Amino acid sequence: MISRRSFCKKSLLIAGGLAIPLSCLELFDPKRLLAEKDEKGARWVFLVDTRKCVGCGFCVKGCKVENEVPYDANVTRTWVERYVVTKDGKTHIDSPKGARDGFPNKGIDIGHGKLEEIKDEDIEKAFFVPKLCNQCDNPPCVQVCPVGATYQTADGVVLVDRKWCIGCGYCIMGCPYGVRFFHPVFHVAEKCNFCYHRITKGMQTACVDSCAFGARRVGNLRDPEDPVTKVIMTERVNVLKEEYGTKPQVFYLGLSKEVK
Amino acid sequence: MVHGEAWTIKEFFTYPNEYIYWTIQIVMYPFMTGLVAGAFVLSSLYHVFGVKQLKGIARFSLVFSFALLPVAMLPLLMHLQQPLRGIEVMLTPHFTSAIAAFGIVFSTYGMIVASELWFVFRKHFVETALALKAIEGRTVLQQGQYLLFSILTLGAWDISHDALEADERAVKKLAAAGIPVACFLHGYAGFIFGSVKANALWMTPLMPVIFICSAVVSGIALCILTYILTMEIRKQLSRRRRLAHPELPSMDELKSAEAHVVAMTSRYLLMFMVAAITLELLDLIFRGYTAVKSWDILRSVIYERDFVNIFVVQYGLGNLVPFVLFLIPGLTIRRAAVGTVLVLLGVFMMRWNVVIGGQAFSSSFSGFMHYVLPLWPDSMETLKEGLVGALIVAGVPFCLFYLLNKVMPVFKETH
Ligand code: SF4
Ligand code: SF4
Repeated sequence: MISRRSFCKKSLLIAGGLAIPLSCLELFDPKRLLAEKDEKGARWVFLVDTRKCVGCGFCVKGCKVENEVPYDANVTRTWVERYVVTKDGKTHIDSPKGARDGFPNKGIDIGHGKLEEIKDEDIEKAFFVPKLCNQCDNPPCVQVCPVGATYQTADGVVLVDRKWCIGCGYCIMGCPYGVRFFHPVFHVAEKCNFCYHRITKGMQTACVDSCAFGARRVGNLRDPEDPVTKVIMTERVNVLKEEYGTKPQVFYLGLSKEVK
Repeated sequence: MVHGEAWTIKEFFTYPNEYIYWTIQIVMYPFMTGLVAGAFVLSSLYHVFGVKQLKGIARFSLVFSFALLPVAMLPLLMHLQQPLRGIEVMLTPHFTSAIAAFGIVFSTYGMIVASELWFVFRKHFVETALALKAIEGRTVLQQGQYLLFSILTLGAWDISHDALEADERAVKKLAAAGIPVACFLHGYAGFIFGSVKANALWMTPLMPVIFICSAVVSGIALCILTYILTMEIRKQLSRRRRLAHPELPSMDELKSAEAHVVAMTSRYLLMFMVAAITLELLDLIFRGYTAVKSWDILRSVIYERDFVNIFVVQYGLGNLVPFVLFLIPGLTIRRAAVGTVLVLLGVFMMRWNVVIGGQAFSSSFSGFMHYVLPLWPDSMETLKEGLVGALIVAGVPFCLFYLLNKVMPVFKETH
C-alpha cells in the first residue's frame, strides 16, 4: 500500500507539475507583459487647442457614429466640458450628455436634471475643453488589467481586446481621467483608441475630421516634420493631471488652472 | 441602459463616463475573504501557538473557513461583465495586476486548508469507513457513505498512536504555513484597492494592513456567532436525545463549555479590534493633517455625505458599542451574540465605506455620485449587483458548512 509520506510527496509533485505549465507561459515572456515598446515607427499623440473649441459637439457625434457607441447611451469615448468661472472665484463645470448636442442650455447642468443659471455680468471667463483618452505612456489601465486585455501597442496607443476582457472594471477604476466605461452592447471595457483603424491607414481620427474649427489634431511625435510635433516641441503645451505619473500624450494649448 | 446607470445618482460635475462600477458585490468580496482569513487565523491560534482555551472553537473555525473559501470567489464572478471568461484570471494572469495574484494565492490557500482538514479528520474518516465496512448488507446510502469515506482516507488507513502524532505535527506545520498565506489572501485584496492611484480615498499603503486586521476581527466574530448558534441547536437536540441516551453531555456541561470558549475567544477579538481601529483612525488623522489636494473632497464625503455610515454605523454601532459590551464584566452568551453581530456590521460597513465611499466622488473632484442599492431585482444586472445577489453570497457558506459538517463533524472528539 502506498505510504502516507510518499502519497503526500507524489500529490505535491502532481499539483506542482500541473501549476507550472499553466503559469510559466506568461511568466517567461516579460516582453509581452510589458506590452512591448518599440523605438522605431510612430508614436501617436494628440493636440487640443482649447482656444479654438466652440463647444459644438460635432466631434462627440462623429466619434459615436464612427466607433459604434450607441448614440443615446450616456457614455462616450470623447466629450467636451464647459467651464464658467464667475467673479466670486467659483468654477462651474458641465458636460450634458458629453456635449453630444453641444450646450443647448445657458444654465449649468448640476445633475438631477437641474440647471444653475449664471448671470452674464457675474462671469469672469468661460471656455470649452475637449477630453479623450490620453494614451498614457505609463498607462495604469494596462498595469491593472488582470488578463492583459488592455494593452499598449508599439506606437503608443492603448487598446482593449473585446474578445479577452473579462469585464472586471479594474481599468475603469485605475484611469484617473474617467475616460473608460463598459460598452452597453459588448459588455466589455471601452474607451477612445485614437481611431486606430483610421490613423494606421494614414487617415485622421473621426473627431479631427468632424471639427470644423481645427481644435483637434493628431500627429506622430517621432516625425520631426509633423506639424503637430512642431507645435508640441516649440510651444507652451500642457497635459492633464501630470501628478499621477501617467505621462499623458494628449497635449493642450491654452489650458487653464481650473481644468480638472 | 449603460452599466452602472441603474443605481448611480450624479450631482454637480462628474465625468460623463463615471458611474458606480464597483457595487455591493465588491463590498462582499473583501468581506467574505476577510471572514475566510479571520476564521483561519483563529483556528491557527490553537494549532500553532497552542492557545489551549481555544481548542473548542479551533476545529470549528477551520471547517468554517473552508466553507467560506469558495464564496470568496462568488462575488467576483457575479460582478464580472463576462463571467464565463472569469477563469482567464487563473489561466492567463497578467502579473502587473493585483487581481492576477488571485488564482495563485487562492488555490495555494485552498490546498493548505484542505490538507490541514484532512490531517485533522483522518482518524474520523478511517473509523467511519471501518465501521461502515463492518456492517453486513449495507443499504445504498450506507454503501455510498462507505465509498465516500474510503476515498477520503486516501488510502492511509493507519491510525496507530504514532501515525496520529505524525498527523498532529503535520497539522501544526500546515497551520503555521497557512497564517501568512491567509494574511496574504486578504492583504492583497486590500492592495487591489490601495494601489489604485486614481482614487484618492483608496490610495494608501495602509490599506492591506487595515484590511488584514479587520479581516481577523470579522472572522473571529463570525466564528463566535456561529459557534453560539450551533451550540444552541445542539442544546435543543441534546435535550431531546438525552432522554434516550443519558451518557451524552448534559445541558449544563454544554453550556459551561460554550461560555468558556466564548469568553476566551472574545478576548482575542478585542485585541484585534483595537489594532484595526487604531490603524483606521491613524489613516484618517494622517489624511486630515497632511491635507493634500484631494482632502477637500474627501472631507466633504467623510464628514458630511457619509457621516452616518462612517461615524454612526461603522465606528459607533460597529466598534464602540460592541467594545463596551465585551468589556463589561460577566460576559453572557446573549451579550456576546449581540456584540458579534454588531462587530460584523461594523466590518461590513468599513468595507462598504471604502468601496462605495471611494466612488462617491468624481475624479474631477467637483462632483458626487450616490449608490442606490437595488433592492428588488428587475433585470439580471440589478439581481446580481443588488441586495438579492449579496444575500445569495452571504447564505452560501452556511449551506456549505452544513454539508461539510456531515462529513467532518466539528464537535466530535477525534484525537
Ligand atoms: S487616459 Fe486612462 S484609459 Fe487612457 S491610457 Fe491613460 S489611464 Fe488608460
Ligand atoms: S475590465 Fe477588461 S480591460 Fe478592464 S481591467 Fe478588467 S479585464 Fe482588463
